[in-house]
Amino acid sequence: MSDLETFRSETRAWLEANCPPEMRKPVAGDEDVFWGGRNTKFASEPQRVWFERMRDKGWTVPDWPTEYGGGGLDGAQHKVLREEMARISARPPLSSFGIWMLGPALLKYGTEAQKKEYLPQIAAGKIRWCQGYSEPNAGSDLASIQTRAESDGDHYVINGQKIWTSYANYADWIFCLVRTDPQAKKHDGISFILFDMASTGVTTKPILLISGKSPFCETFFDNVRVPKSHVVGTVNRGWDVAKYLLQHERAMISDLGGRGASRPLGQVAADSVGQDQQGRLDDPMLRGQIATFDVDEAAMACAAERAVDLAKAGQGHPAFSSAMKYYGTELNKRRYEILMSAGGVDALEWESARSQDGARARAWLRTKANSIEGGTSEVMLGIVAKRILDLPGA
Amino acid sequence: MALVLNEEQSMLRDSARGFISDKAPVAHFRKLRDDKDATGFSRDHWKTFADMGFAGLLVPEDHGGSGLGCVEAGIIMEEIGRTLMPSPFLSTAVLAASALNRGGSAGQKAEYLPKIAEGRLIAALAIDEGAKHRPLHTALKAARAGNGFKLSGNKAFVVDGHVADRLIVAARSAGAPGEREGLTLFWVDAKTKGIAIERTAMLDAHNAARITFDNVEIDADSVLGELDQGGALLDAVLNIGRGAVSAELVGVSEEVFGRTVSYLKERKQFGKLIGEFQALQHRAAHLYVEIELARAAVMKALQKLDENVETAAPAVAVAKAKAGTTATLAVQEGVQMHGGMGMTDQFDIGFFMKRARVCQELFGDSNFHADQLARLKQY
Repeated sequence: MSDLETFRSETRAWLEANCPPEMRKPVAGDEDVFWGGRNTKFASEPQRVWFERMRDKGWTVPDWPTEYGGGGLDGAQHKVLREEMARISARPPLSSFGIWMLGPALLKYGTEAQKKEYLPQIAAGKIRWCQGYSEPNAGSDLASIQTRAESDGDHYVINGQKIWTSYANYADWIFCLVRTDPQAKKHDGISFILFDMASTGVTTKPILLISGKSPFCETFFDNVRVPKSHVVGTVNRGWDVAKYLLQHERAMISDLGGRGASRPLGQVAADSVGQDQQGRLDDPMLRGQIATFDVDEAAMACAAERAVDLAKAGQGHPAFSSAMKYYGTELNKRRYEILMSAGGVDALEWESARSQDGARARAWLRTKANSIEGGTSEVMLGIVAKRILDLPGA
Repeated sequence: MALVLNEEQSMLRDSARGFISDKAPVAHFRKLRDDKDATGFSRDHWKTFADMGFAGLLVPEDHGGSGLGCVEAGIIMEEIGRTLMPSPFLSTAVLAASALNRGGSAGQKAEYLPKIAEGRLIAALAIDEGAKHRPLHTALKAARAGNGFKLSGNKAFVVDGHVADRLIVAARSAGAPGEREGLTLFWVDAKTKGIAIERTAMLDAHNAARITFDNVEIDADSVLGELDQGGALLDAVLNIGRGAVSAELVGVSEEVFGRTVSYLKERKQFGKLIGEFQALQHRAAHLYVEIELARAAVMKALQKLDENVETAAPAVAVAKAKAGTTATLAVQEGVQMHGGMGMTDQFDIGFFMKRARVCQELFGDSNFHADQLARLKQY
């Protein structure tokens, strides 16, 4: 048996023995996701057990180095672990912007002291992070941010406003883009800085969305004092860090549909529209839509798998995550259009217990942000045109 | 298995690309078309394919082949798609070799597989009967007659049918059209009395034929695989063929896309390169993503076919459906973005549009395969 096959059989056995049955069911709502953080509470005992066992293996961040709390797996082993987790529909033990976004940026741009300080805390789910990127006048044109960080001895004094800060009201710390040189060209005066959301002068205000929920906040900074040692990367070169982090964010968002993790659409639709005597959905047009969707979704999963394999082989393109972000989010919007169509009138209920407080309707509305957040579909297509296709003037 | 080519596979691609782009560029196909070439492909090139090990790519080594798999066959098909090189590679090296290898008796294998590998035997799969690909609806009748069978019925869209030495005929030996039981594959000499072959000129100028079977008498040992139980063998052969055609469609898509993006960087209107217009940039970027998805889905299907043909059906359905819609989009965008030039016969881009249309229909179009996927997923 090859080393990798041995690893697979050991991993399979370990997961069988250690993943509680409750953690092998599709994520049904927010409470099924464990985000970690200073004030965290587990929704259930199995959630706690599963998280702690995975944390102790370093498998909340399987491919990070062990010295920073990771599992130290190589690319092939990581793929095996993902496949084996998918095989039993195991939930992610920990979800976190620290894992998906900040961690990779720290691994590339952080000082050794910063890595030692922050990465193990991310791996252990101790700190919940939020992302201070967009501002009221800096959306697609992100590099035009105006939040100022002015030098004052060993500190920066930060003033300004962020918007669309996901879960800022729950977050412990923020990774934030600030303007450290207002005279420089817009891409050249930005720094990437970390600070505690409990700092004096930080306030958050949730934004009510069309879904009736508030996953995003406005975040205000009023003379927030932050040590200069909290800058990641070079001062005024924060745009490099920001872009690198965005690649990881986009890869994460492209997977929002949780491919394979949720119930197949055809089955969900059968619940409401029924099946004919041959077992086909009793709505031929909807069946066709679902089948076409399933083709695209399966192809997307292959492309995502291939992107990881190409990166591992050193043949990946850094802008490819923009391509995946574009397609994955458009696909997720399609998924929810189909779900709404399949659910018919039942899916329109907004407050009943029957509808779990309109869970499907609210999730449908939430997906409309997928192709906006983290860079709009149009921005993604522009990036593909410019950086991958090398089209002129893009 | 990683969804990237390994070193040997990359070398195979390079050698195939080297030969095909040098000896069989699109101009080679154009000449065959303009000449209304009787064979429809170059026998010299087919000989070279044999010498390079391509004709026997799927033939086991102990029968004189290379003993490679579907991933490797896909590599060749993709290169064929890039220049539209006419070749019996699909009919003979992919379909016939797979059918013989999987269903043939020891005697059939020993006699015919080496000939395929040596490029000395052309064979064609006769499956479709109506306008659309419906393998279970096979009606061509195989009636017991003495020690053997009598074949009666019609076949259409038989790729390389008019040049084939041998035909693989899907026939109904029992049951009724629509049923899976009662299908049998026969390995038939194309010159047998009662067989009438009409070459059908198709819009893509690649080989196809209509074949009539009028009480064609064949021996009992013409059966390929099991009598009445040919459904599984037919599925396996068709799925391998579908994987291969999907790879050709990826080659077509990539070539059209490459030519189109180049054109966007050359052509000026309103004093600008047309590639500067966001309306075209976004469409080109979208198409790029679609092609990446199709490529990945096809690679996955080919790998699954090599792992286990029986369980590869969902991946093949995804691949053929996705490759079909992607190529359809690619050729339409290709013609549109080339403007009036894209409509001219002088420009190659239209050839790709025609070939994509034929490959869509070949062994089930995108709708057929989306439906297959829905059936496999039980909805």
